[in-house]
Amino acid sequence: MYEFVSGPLALISFAIFFIGIIARIVLYVKGLDWQLDRVAYSEKLGAGIKGAARSLFHWLLPLNRTTANHPIFMGVTYLFHICLVIAPIFLLAHVVLIEESWNISWVTLPDKVADYMTLAVIAAGIFFLIRRLVDPNVKILTTVSDYIVLAIALAPFITGYIAYHQLELGAGYKSWLIIHILCGEIMLIAIPFTKLSHFVLFFCSRIQLGMDYGIKRGGAKGRGIAW
Amino acid sequence: MAQEAKNQDLPPLVTRKAVKTKKELDILLADKGIRYYEEMEVFPVDTAALKKTLDATCKSRLRTWLEICAHCSLCADSCFFYLANDNDPKQIPSYKIKSTLGELVKRKGNVDTQFMINCMDTAWGKCTCCNRCGMYCPHGIDMGVMFGYLRGLCFSQGFVPHEMKIGSCMHWLYNAQMDVTVEDYVETCEWMAEENEEYYPGLEIPVDKVGADIMYVVNAREPKHYPQDLAEAAILFHLAGESWTVPSKGWEGTSLAMFAGDWACCKQQVEGVYAAMERLKVKRYVGTECGHQHRATITEGPYWAGRKSGEPPVPGFHYVEWVLEALETGKLKLDPAKKIKEPVTLQDPCNYVRNHGLTDVTRKIMSYIAEDFREMSPNREHNFCCGGGGGMNGIGRYRKERNIGLKVKRDQILATEAKFVVSACHNCWDAIRDLEEVYKIGIKWSFLKPILLDMVIVPDHLKPKEE
Ligand code: HEM
Ligand code: HEM
Ligand code: SF4
Ligand code: SF4
Ligand code: SF4
Repeated sequence: MYEFVSGPLALISFAIFFIGIIARIVLYVKGLDWQLDRVAYSEKLGAGIKGAARSLFHWLLPLNRTTANHPIFMGVTYLFHICLVIAPIFLLAHVVLIEESWNISWVTLPDKVADYMTLAVIAAGIFFLIRRLVDPNVKILTTVSDYIVLAIALAPFITGYIAYHQLELGAGYKSWLIIHILCGEIMLIAIPFTKLSHFVLFFCSRIQLGMDYGIKRGGAKGRGIAW
Repeated sequence: MAQEAKNQDLPPLVTRKAVKTKKELDILLADKGIRYYEEMEVFPVDTAALKKTLDATCKSRLRTWLEICAHCSLCADSCFFYLANDNDPKQIPSYKIKSTLGELVKRKGNVDTQFMINCMDTAWGKCTCCNRCGMYCPHGIDMGVMFGYLRGLCFSQGFVPHEMKIGSCMHWLYNAQMDVTVEDYVETCEWMAEENEEYYPGLEIPVDKVGADIMYVVNAREPKHYPQDLAEAAILFHLAGESWTVPSKGWEGTSLAMFAGDWACCKQQVEGVYAAMERLKVKRYVGTECGHQHRATITEGPYWAGRKSGEPPVPGFHYVEWVLEALETGKLKLDPAKKIKEPVTLQDPCNYVRNHGLTDVTRKIMSYIAEDFREMSPNREHNFCCGGGGGMNGIGRYRKERNIGLKVKRDQILATEAKFVVSACHNCWDAIRDLEEVYKIGIKWSFLKPILLDMVIVPDHLKPKEE
């Protein structure tokens, strides 16, 4: 079982993940239409790139008004995302596994740090969950799929934590490890097909709007709206 | 019963097609929206056509926005309707689009009449397409753009507010938002030039002068209701020594068709203006103090007209840009002693500030005309919509919603403690006027032209000769 989930199944899920996100990007770009979107993407590429860079810069870093207006939520979401992306990629256990299979490796985080990052992701996830349950503004927007997506995103962290700490919890290390790997694979596969696709589409959307502002809505005039 | 029988004899008011004849227009105008909305209640949705339109036009940008919206509600307090309605979750931009366009896309156009009426009431009654929310969403999701798109879908199905249907019809018939013909317009120009020639010798409003530097384009309300505005523009150009002209055909820069979502009409409207630019071989375009004139003709227009560069045939300027240029180059000189002494504040219209980046132009003008200029908060591209944009001022069905929405602008103005609001946009001007009428906060409001005219120094050689 372990061999299967950590071998062929892992390979398949990585393949689906990579092909999937590339397909999402390609389809996104192909679906852009200068006339329908009313943005001269290619004719004014230079202004567009500037606007896109500005848009990414202000939103990948907390240099936007939304962060100023909602510091707690935005702080949590920045923390959540940073830990969510960094921890698994630089986790010693993951890098070792990859090295064993493909003979490539890279720097790793001290286990202690990765462990705290894992806890941070879980804590932030619980914060999102509570917010969805109690804040009337979020409640009205929430759909069942929001909970499912949140669960898919959190599951590898919760189960990874259990496995790492060899917590018994009714199943034992070996089973938890298998469950963890399965959860990780579900998440990878889910990314292209659910709104977790924002992993790449966030960048597409921000770049598109940045280009819109850079090209049409004042990029040429004015002082460049930090979009 | 009798009413129903009568209705059956009359031609239908609600149609999927744009109204393009005078006869139909007169019937629409006579109705005042009563039978119109009654008919709409039972007007069927052409779901096959809706699906076809969605397939052809709802592309990756919009679908992605609908899909990746995190349902996080960060956009809630960016929308003035949400704030004005005591933080009603039903006014969250994301909720408004999710329950309308989102559902429509999900159901692939398979929706009923009541659904479409709700779409209409949301797209026109709960959104002014001010695009503010888009600046606050971490994903960069712009509801103003999506509501604009939804309006187009609603229009194509006949679910459009009465006044918007009329507006698009006016553009089809007159190439103007009101029933002002080319002849009416040219006459008004002549009349205004004559009226004022006595005080400004040599004043003219040159119609169709080929090769002029500036082609000046107006909002139909000016010739129709405020011809003085046209005279003021002429006097200021005259005093600045500009070579300018107004076109006969193509004189109107606004587009209610844009608010209505009648894209075919938008194209025809703006192509008329572009044709005038080309016919008169002017160097540049200057549009009057109107926000959506600028948006329709300069910002969005090139795309409707199929211009790949995204630019109009000649560079387009808003009136405020011309004013600042004239002040900075000294073409217009103002008497500093006449600067406004009382506190003054400034309305930033979304249509050329947030949506065309003219953030600092108006403030620089303020430094020439006001001693005590007070910024609203927030301001520039972060300013709230005046409350009457996107056609909302003109739609009777949403008057109540509009008046509630005005509260945000009211409070912004009150916080500055200024009693005088400068607004270089017709829609904002109207909204502020109505705001005063509804809430009576004791303010005055003005376009720039009358203020400038009050303060401008008339060069000696342009003064009337003493006899
Ligand atoms: C797809 C195949 C995956 C495999 C084979 C795998 C394997 C492992 C292994 C062997 C461990 C170490 C357990 C231990 O120390 O005994 C681990 C821990 C962990 N994994 Fe994965 N994993 C996979 C996917 C993922 C994904 C997609 C994520 C998250 C996005 C993830 C997040 C974690 C975390 C956060 C820990 C460590 C928890 C902690 O240190 O507290 N894993 N994983
Ligand atoms: C590095 C690329 C990513 C960026 C820039 C990004 C950006 C965002 C943004 C802007 C939001 C909306 C605001 C919020 O609710 O926090 C969001 C929400 C979310 N993201 Fe990401 N994201 C990325 C990757 C991921 C990945 C890889 C996952 C998990 C697989 C993920 C899971 C989530 C979840 C679950 C939410 C919703 C939180 C909630 O319930 O409110 N994100 N992301
Ligand atoms: S801020 Fe953006 S992602 Fe969040 S609910 Fe609003 S539109 Fe959706
Ligand atoms: S575009 Fe303006 S009015 Fe419309 S939802 Fe967004 S903030 Fe509200
Ligand atoms: S009316 Fe004025 S403030 Fe409102 S959307 Fe239009 S330009 Fe903006």
